[in-house]
Amino acid sequence: MIKDEEKPKVALADPSRSDGMQRYLASHAREIPPSGIRRFFDLVSASKDKDIITLGVGEPDFVTPWRVRDAAVYSLEKGKTQYSPNAGMLELREAIGQYLYNQFNLTYDPGKEMVVTVGGSEGIDLALRALIEPGDEILVPEPCYISYSPITSLSGGVAVGIETFAEDQFKLTPESLRAAITPKSKILVLCYPSNPTGAIMTYEEMLPIAKIVEEHDLIVISDEIYAELTFNGKHASFASLPGMKDRTILVSGFSKAFAMTGWRMGYACGHPDLISAMLKIHQYTIMCAPTMGQVAALEALTKGGLEEKDRMMESYNQRRRLVVQGFRDMGLECHEPQGAFYAFPSIRSTGLTSEQFAEKLLLEGKVAAVPGHVFGKGGEGFLRCCYATSVAQLTEAMERIHLFLRSLE
Amino acid sequence: MNELKLSILDLLKEDARLSAATIATMLGAAEEEVSAAIAEMEQDHVIVKYATVVNWSKVDDEKVTALIEVECTPERGRGFENIAERIYLYPEVKSVYLMSGAFDLLVEIEGKNLKEVASFVSNKLSTIESVISTKTFFILKKYKQDGIIFEEFEDDHRLLVSP
Repeated sequence: MIKDEEKPKVALADPSRSDGMQRYLASHAREIPPSGIRRFFDLVSASKDKDIITLGVGEPDFVTPWRVRDAAVYSLEKGKTQYSPNAGMLELREAIGQYLYNQFNLTYDPGKEMVVTVGGSEGIDLALRALIEPGDEILVPEPCYISYSPITSLSGGVAVGIETFAEDQFKLTPESLRAAITPKSKILVLCYPSNPTGAIMTYEEMLPIAKIVEEHDLIVISDEIYAELTFNGKHASFASLPGMKDRTILVSGFSKAFAMTGWRMGYACGHPDLISAMLKIHQYTIMCAPTMGQVAALEALTKGGLEEKDRMMESYNQRRRLVVQGFRDMGLECHEPQGAFYAFPSIRSTGLTSEQFAEKLLLEGKVAAVPGHVFGKGGEGFLRCCYATSVAQLTEAMERIHLFLRSLE
Repeated sequence: MNELKLSILDLLKEDARLSAATIATMLGAAEEEVSAAIAEMEQDHVIVKYATVVNWSKVDDEKVTALIEVECTPERGRGFENIAERIYLYPEVKSVYLMSGAFDLLVEIEGKNLKEVASFVSNKLSTIESVISTKTFFILKKYKQDGIIFEEFEDDHRLLVSP
C-alpha cells in the first residue's frame, strides 16, 4: 500500500475550465475525426458475449511461422539488440530487392531506393509527409483503408475521395479519375488488392490510369501490402508499368503475407530523391525499424519462409471461395474479391444502413463484421467480412448470418 | 496423382468431416468431380480410413504405448514380409515399419498397462523364430502426433475489430 503522502504529485487540469486540456491541442490534431472503426470496436468490446464470432479483424489468423519467430529469438539470445542502419540492415534490403524482382519483376537498388519502415503504415506516413504541401489535393479511390485521409490532413493536404462501385468490381476507372483531377491534384493513392473490397487491378486495367498520371504529372503512392494475396493470376505492381517506376512510391511489408502484423515490419521503395527525403524524416522520428523484427523479416524471405507463405495463401483462397459462395447462397450480392482476405457483400436488399445492419448482426446474430461506411465513399450498403478465420468458425458464422437475414424478413 | 486429388487429401487430412460440397467450393471444383475423386481414392486404398486423432492422456481409460526395436533374420525370397505379418496381425500392435539402420522393424504397441506390454513382448514377440533381439521404449508423453500438436494454446489473440 502506498501512503497518500508518498504518491507522486500530479498536476491536474484546472477543473474550473470546461475545456480541460483541449485548448493546448494543435488544431490539426484536434480536428482529426474519430475513426468509425474505433466506434465499432468499442461496441464489440463492450459486449462481453464470449460466443461472438468475429469477421471484423484485419489480420491473418496464422501465427508467424515458427522458423521466423525462432530466428528472432535466436538473435535476441545472441545479443543483437542494437540499432541497425537508418534504412534497415543492408542484408534485409538486399533480400527485399531480390524478392521484389522474383515476385513482381521490380528492380530497386537496396542502397538508394529502399527504406525499411515500422510497418507499411510508417511508409505511407513518410511518403505523404515528404510530398504534401498545404493545399495539395491527394486523390484516394474509396472505399479504402482508413489512414490515408487523416495522415493527409496532418500535413495540410486535402484528401479527395473518388467513389468506386461494385458494378466495376470497385476498380478505379479512368473516367472517374479524370473527373476528380484539379490543378491542385498532386498524389494518387492506390491500394490494390484493396482493403476492404478485395478488388484488384490488372496490368491492363492500370495502363490508362498510368497515362493520366503522366499527363497530369501526378505521383503515385501504391500501397501493395496485400500484393501476395492475389488469387486469380499474379499481382501487377503499379511501379512495373512503363514509365511509372520513378513516379511511384511502393509501400509494402510483411504483415499480411507472412502473418507478421505485430512485428511492424514494412518497407518503401522509390526514386532515390524521394526515398532520401523519406529517410530523413524516418531518421529523425524513428531512427530505424526494430532490429529483431528485421532479423525475423530476413528469415521470412528465405526458401523455408516463402514456402510457409505459399501454404497460407492457398488456405486463404479456399476460404475465400467458401465465404463468397456462402453469401451468394443466402441471397446477398457479393462481387468476387480477387485479393486480400475480405469479402464485401452488399446488404442493401435488407433496407438497413450498413451501421444498423452491423450493429443488429452483432447483438442478435452474434457475428461481428465492419460496416462499409467507415471506409469512405461507396462503402455504405456493404459489410467488410474478413475470412481469415477457421473453416469451422466461418461455416458457423455463415449459418448465423443466414438465420439473421431470415429474421429480418 | 492429379492435383485435385492432392488438394482433396490436404483438406481431408486436416478435417475428415468436410463434405464433398464444401471441399468442392473451397477448391473451386465441381461437386461431382470431387465426389468421384474421393470414391476413387477410397477404392484404391489411397484413403484407407477416416479416423479420429484422440489425446488418450485426457481420457480416464489409461493406455501405455511402447516403441520396440526388433532385430530379426530375413527369410530367403520373402525378406521381412512374413515376420512383419506375424507381428502386425496382433490387435495390440498399432504400427510396424521396416527401418534402415541398426535394427529391422519398429513396432508400436499399445496396452492397458506396463505388465500387458511386457508380457506381449516376452511371450509373443521374442518367441517368433526369426526374431533375434528386442529393445522396448515406453512413451512417457505425446507432444505431437501425425502433425497435430496436443498442447492446447490460447488460440486467438487478435483484436476483435481492427482496420
